[in-house]
Amino acid sequence: MAQEVLPVKAPKTSKPLRRRHRTGDSWMPILTLAPSIGLLAIFVYGFIGWSGYVSFTNWNSFIPTLTWAGFRNYVTVLTSFRFQSDLRNIFFFTILFILGVLVVGLILALLIDQKIRAESLFRSIFIFPMAISFVVTGVIWSWLLNPTTGVNLILKSLGIPGPQWFLSTRFVPTIHLGQLSIGIPIALLAVVLAAVWQMSGFSMAVYLGGLRAIPEELKEAARMDGASAWRTFWSVIFPNLKGTTATIVVVEAAASLKVFGLIYAMTGAGQDFTTDMPNLNMFQTTFSGDAFAQGAAIAMLLLLLMAAFTVPYVLSVLRGER
Amino acid sequence: MRLKRKVAMALTSVVAIGALSACGSTPSKTPAASGPKKLQIFSWWTGVASSKALNSLIGVFNKKYPGIKVINEAVAGGAGSNAKAVLASRMEANNPPGTFQVHAGGGTLLSWINAGYMAPLNSLYKQQGWYQDFPKSLLKMLTVKGNIYAVPVDMQRSNVLWYNPAIFKKYNLTPPTTFSQFFADAKVLKAHNITPLAVANHGNWETTLLYSDVLLGTLGPTQYENLLTGKAGTSWTSPGVVQATKTFLKMMQYANTDYSALHWQQADQMVAQGKAAMNVMGDWAQGYFTTALNLKPGTGFGWAATPGSQGTFAMVSDVFGLPAKLSNKTATKDFLKVLGSKAGQDTFNPLKGTFSPRLDANTSLYDAYSRSAMASFKKDQLVLVIGQGAANPGFTQAFENDMVTLLSSKNATAFTTAVESAAQSNPL
Amino acid sequence: MVMRRINRTLVYGALIVAAILYLLPVYVVVITSLKSNASVSLAQMWNFPTHASFASLRAAWAQLAPNFGNSFYLAIPATLFSAALGALNGYALTKWKFRGANVLFFVILMGLFIPYQSVLIPLLRVMDSLGLYNSIPGLILVHTVYGIPITTLIFRNFYSLIPDDILEAAKIDGTGYWGIFRHIILPLSMAGFVVAGIWQFTQVWNNFLFAVSLTNPPNQPVTVALVNIAGSQTVQWNVQMASALLVSLPTLVVYIVLGKYFVRGLLAGAVKG
Repeated sequence: MAQEVLPVKAPKTSKPLRRRHRTGDSWMPILTLAPSIGLLAIFVYGFIGWSGYVSFTNWNSFIPTLTWAGFRNYVTVLTSFRFQSDLRNIFFFTILFILGVLVVGLILALLIDQKIRAESLFRSIFIFPMAISFVVTGVIWSWLLNPTTGVNLILKSLGIPGPQWFLSTRFVPTIHLGQLSIGIPIALLAVVLAAVWQMSGFSMAVYLGGLRAIPEELKEAARMDGASAWRTFWSVIFPNLKGTTATIVVVEAAASLKVFGLIYAMTGAGQDFTTDMPNLNMFQTTFSGDAFAQGAAIAMLLLLLMAAFTVPYVLSVLRGER
Repeated sequence: MRLKRKVAMALTSVVAIGALSACGSTPSKTPAASGPKKLQIFSWWTGVASSKALNSLIGVFNKKYPGIKVINEAVAGGAGSNAKAVLASRMEANNPPGTFQVHAGGGTLLSWINAGYMAPLNSLYKQQGWYQDFPKSLLKMLTVKGNIYAVPVDMQRSNVLWYNPAIFKKYNLTPPTTFSQFFADAKVLKAHNITPLAVANHGNWETTLLYSDVLLGTLGPTQYENLLTGKAGTSWTSPGVVQATKTFLKMMQYANTDYSALHWQQADQMVAQGKAAMNVMGDWAQGYFTTALNLKPGTGFGWAATPGSQGTFAMVSDVFGLPAKLSNKTATKDFLKVLGSKAGQDTFNPLKGTFSPRLDANTSLYDAYSRSAMASFKKDQLVLVIGQGAANPGFTQAFENDMVTLLSSKNATAFTTAVESAAQSNPL
Repeated sequence: MVMRRINRTLVYGALIVAAILYLLPVYVVVITSLKSNASVSLAQMWNFPTHASFASLRAAWAQLAPNFGNSFYLAIPATLFSAALGALNGYALTKWKFRGANVLFFVILMGLFIPYQSVLIPLLRVMDSLGLYNSIPGLILVHTVYGIPITTLIFRNFYSLIPDDILEAAKIDGTGYWGIFRHIILPLSMAGFVVAGIWQFTQVWNNFLFAVSLTNPPNQPVTVALVNIAGSQTVQWNVQMASALLVSLPTLVVYIVLGKYFVRGLLAGAVKG
């Protein structure tokens, strides 16, 4: 059985305890969970219900007009150029961000796991960006990635022409779908870079934990010189990190949906909405435009979107445990 | 064993229950909206100058009303957008602050009034003699159906072209008064590798302000106002608006390309450092030039009305009102009395870098720039700016979204069509 | 042997390059906070200050100091409460599998994905009716509640790695639900608490949205003061960077001091009998 670190998936060996002597204890787990469930019932599900209700009303000014509007707000939101851009952006952002965090975290963890000196120093350096708030990260990186003054100055002195970063309006590839350009917005890469910088320490730490749990002989084999090391890694080490990877994916996916602070401080909606996100759109629609019902519709769509991605995944993991 | 278990059980449940009850029963509750002798003042004044100004105003108030404890609730960020979110949430939850900052005009203020969240102040105005103390055209922007709803505390101008006098002198140019002159100047400047127009748009409102000024300069104040107040017969697809949009797009060709990354201060810094020649910004830029960059009005930086807008004063005025759902209104009214008074305004404005909209304001308290602005304010026609109080929030938000698309598509007719439909779904 | 030495050099080379890249932003923050307001500009962002000035750090501290206490008063209890609830939930979900355990876990986990911006208005109403609007205890409650999903996830994963055999033995001894938790699970939980604690402390400390929406001065946490320094009209970059530095210090200390245990905590979860 693979040793997993923080796996979402519990090892198959763990059997539930059978209730034998103390039948009174059988209610204990439920009682233990009750306060949490009760609080979440109000603060998560109650509020979602409230948003859902509002999203079907005409409350699009300060006057709380709670008359039934049907799907009108949803139609308005779904047909808006901004929301369509948001869907494209959050799709690419989440994928690129998670990939980036996994790859960078794994590389760093592998490097640190090479029995190096000053290990704790390196670990601290890679992990410390997590301590900084997204808002601060946003300001710093908007400086660093300013095309005329930031890292491009350094690249220029090395003779490399730097990209336009978050000012770019290019898409790779560019596929036109009506008004909308489908492709990875280059500008979004700047945001991904900042987010990966901030969050890769977490994946590094989790992967490091995972690597340390792998028996030394296996790693020793992988550490051997030559081509075999590469193959050993993929056939022996990597499969052992599956559970670890799953944990990182869940935690970072949740984090990626909350990049609000980073985007807000770094780029805002960006040129041509290249760095806009549904929650930024929702915030502005609700509180700058006072369109509460439309904002609620965006929130509901965002939740549906998240559910579409996470529910099947979580369910499959839970099913796998049985 | 049994006892031990019981103790352990008790301990653990103490942790769990303690976690909940500590949250539920702590006594440090502050009664939210103005208790008997407390007054919450809600604003987005957190910058160095504005918070200093607000605190000195509170000082004047406390001297007169020592029994009331003022709580300064300033919320920062995004030119008031965070503050708006917090305020909207509180108003909807029937938990308004004692009084709050809002821009004069048909924007958020009008929406609050229409929603019944504001109480009229007619008797306070009469009692204080304010109907005579402020220009009629300003009070008109605070009045709905004969009721007046707010007290103005400061005045700012938003159709100002800031420029670098050294650059203009070096290339023998004069600050443009018309658009054709602007483009003539811009050509010369560009030939000398100077960015003619510094533009910032990090907050997404800056280009909207520039556009408003171009629209004003193209249509003239009367047509501009008719359009923004939704007078019958006006349309955003009219030739005048299309022409203004094209002029705006042409001006953007002479701007720095990294505008979407810059805060307005950074655009003004480009002007101050001679990297760019001009910038269109509200006169809050003046405070930045003088206090942050230590420049002298006239020599370090120059100013003029934006092209085509001479004789018009595009105003941004912070006003405070009385929330209707407030249980105890006396403290707020007392504060508004100080806020509207000559003494209060003469203390507040010089510190904030704005000027008092009262007709009897003491001009000797202000610097050269503000004195010139005060003179224009008294004689010019007053108009409002999109994004700074001219139009309702729904329209403004839609307009700013369309502006993002315009800046990349550069399609003037698509833009005007989109704005016209925004005006129809959010009647002006 | 030669290959090995080359490999070592490559490993250290890669690590040093990565470390420099990770520290680059910090360099900018530090030198900017040591500059005077007039000498801060994007064009000179890489340049060393001509002379170090601590004025901005002092100015930042003057504005932040009153709010630091609030943040500690908020972050410590909120972290402890959500970690405690997470531990209890994790225990109940893994060691006493009952019908519907997975459903309940799913219900809890989904709380991780709620966009906070969308719940401000109802949240304000609920807090107001509880009499907790504008109070740190109110914020503690909110952060505790929204921390439950992640701490439950952490502890559930963590406890699922503790072999059930030990528990079975205790059960045969007649040890009950709380006895097992207290005597067997809790002593093994230190590492889980470190991981959940670090995560929650960082989240709570750095949160701005709830802080600004649910509290008024003087009850506001330090993040609000930080954003207030940014100002709405005049941004003093040096003071802003200095305050960013100061605000990040407590979380940095937590990471540096506990970082070792963080990795060890993740590790400990994997060491099973």
